[in-house]
Amino acid sequence: MSTPTLPIENRSVADNPARGDAVVFESVDLAFDDKVLLDGISFRLAHGETKAIFGVAGSGKSTILKLALGLLKPDAGSITVLGEDVVNMTEDQLFELRRKVGIVFQESALFDSLTVRENVAYRLLEEGNIPEQEIEDRVREALSFVELEHTVDMYPSELSGGMRRRVGIARTIITHPEVLLYDSPTGGLDPVTSNTIIELIVKQRDLYKTSSLLVTHRLQDAFTLGTHYFDRAENKMKPLPPHTRASVPMGFLILRDGHIIFDGDLKSLRETPDPYIREYIS
Amino acid sequence: MELISPTDYAKEKVRSVQDYAVLAARSLGNLFKRPLYVADMIQQADLIGFGSLPIVLAACFFTGAALALNSASTLDRFGAMTVIGQLVSVGIVRELGPVLAGLVVAGRNASGMASELGSMIVTEQIDAMRALGTDPLKKLVTPRVTSTIVMLFFLTILGDLLGLIGGSFVVSTVLRLDTHQYWNSAWQTLEFSDVFTGLTKPVVFGFIIATIGCYYGLNTKGGTQGVGRATTEAVVASMILIIAVDVFITRLLMITLGVS
Repeated sequence: MSTPTLPIENRSVADNPARGDAVVFESVDLAFDDKVLLDGISFRLAHGETKAIFGVAGSGKSTILKLALGLLKPDAGSITVLGEDVVNMTEDQLFELRRKVGIVFQESALFDSLTVRENVAYRLLEEGNIPEQEIEDRVREALSFVELEHTVDMYPSELSGGMRRRVGIARTIITHPEVLLYDSPTGGLDPVTSNTIIELIVKQRDLYKTSSLLVTHRLQDAFTLGTHYFDRAENKMKPLPPHTRASVPMGFLILRDGHIIFDGDLKSLRETPDPYIREYIS
Repeated sequence: MELISPTDYAKEKVRSVQDYAVLAARSLGNLFKRPLYVADMIQQADLIGFGSLPIVLAACFFTGAALALNSASTLDRFGAMTVIGQLVSVGIVRELGPVLAGLVVAGRNASGMASELGSMIVTEQIDAMRALGTDPLKKLVTPRVTSTIVMLFFLTILGDLLGLIGGSFVVSTVLRLDTHQYWNSAWQTLEFSDVFTGLTKPVVFGFIIATIGCYYGLNTKGGTQGVGRATTEAVVASMILIIAVDVFITRLLMITLGVS
């Protein structure tokens, strides 16, 4: 029986072992005062893959993103991002690595004293040697990706919550990072706006093959990511054809009491016998 | 309220001092690293310097006037009203000018820095800055430290002048003395050591104000309530430090300059 054609282009990026892994956590421990937050966390994020991280509030999901970016240091264990040992890097070395890794914060964390243009262009302006016209073009390109070109001269306080998240995504993708970290990008948003954000994440995954870690409370968002692909021709997200073996590079990771209790794909998540997970996803 | 053990309390304090020392050292060390963020320095100089100018000038003018009034009643008993200019000028230039300017700028700017950076902490803007490859100490702290030092230096010079003018105003309008004699004695009595002492202090005070304001801001914990707490603590700590350090600098400079 022949395998059906996959709807997304070059999906093999996630399956190519020669490229290694984008992010690797090995036996990572972290405690704040006496509270153990992460206990022996180990997982791998392949190049081009998107992995959704679930868990109840306070289970350390956002902390994993901050550890991957070197904003926090673990008490024990090793963290490798794009082949670099994050744990033993100095802050100056981390600044170099962070040019290749982007993060979308939960509350977008836009600089409130800067306009949308200045926020999105922040990284390019910091480089200091990029021509103004190129900066303007790239800002327009990034804002057009999130369909917010008209907000270029506005301040973050003039934008809605959903628009701020989308500007946050534009600010992150302007330098085309190799790894993207999303911290609850749809948290607190209405379903329509959430869907817009998820479509952007799918678009980023399928068009640019960016490796991503996505922290979310919304199972529905993660399932959408696992069952949809971005159709470049129609410029919109579409469901994977039913009754095919087609798939997208999407993984799921569930945290509980500082441990990983599930790390696998959508099929194995649906078939898991673990009663806690079954209750969680029901 | 949860009780904290003395050992943990001591450890916490030592750690705070260590963190402050690192921040203070890096704020100056960053001056020798690229990029320098000159635009941010100019913006901060405008906020700190020109923003504080009216209150520093007013505070110094009225203090000079009050000093002249208070001195006059004592000097009159000894028939030494002619030295009032000397007393006001030495008092203002050596001590009151720099300390007053320092306290006013501390009240206005240490709080501003703590609240601004504290708000950036609670809204994750500092994390975002680090994530975008920018060192917040270089981008936010160094410009504030350098601008506060430079602007407080010049504010003190202008404050000294206004203090002397305040004294002159009292001499001419209340005491009905010769202002020419006042200015002459005020000018003649000033020595290099007086001016050097008076202009060394704002450099140290400026450093204290900015580093304390930034330290409390960057260590804000506990949301908006934490921002308020950081702001208050920054003002209190910087004012206390200015007054305490003033004593040590005064004594140190006296020994160094050979003034008894």
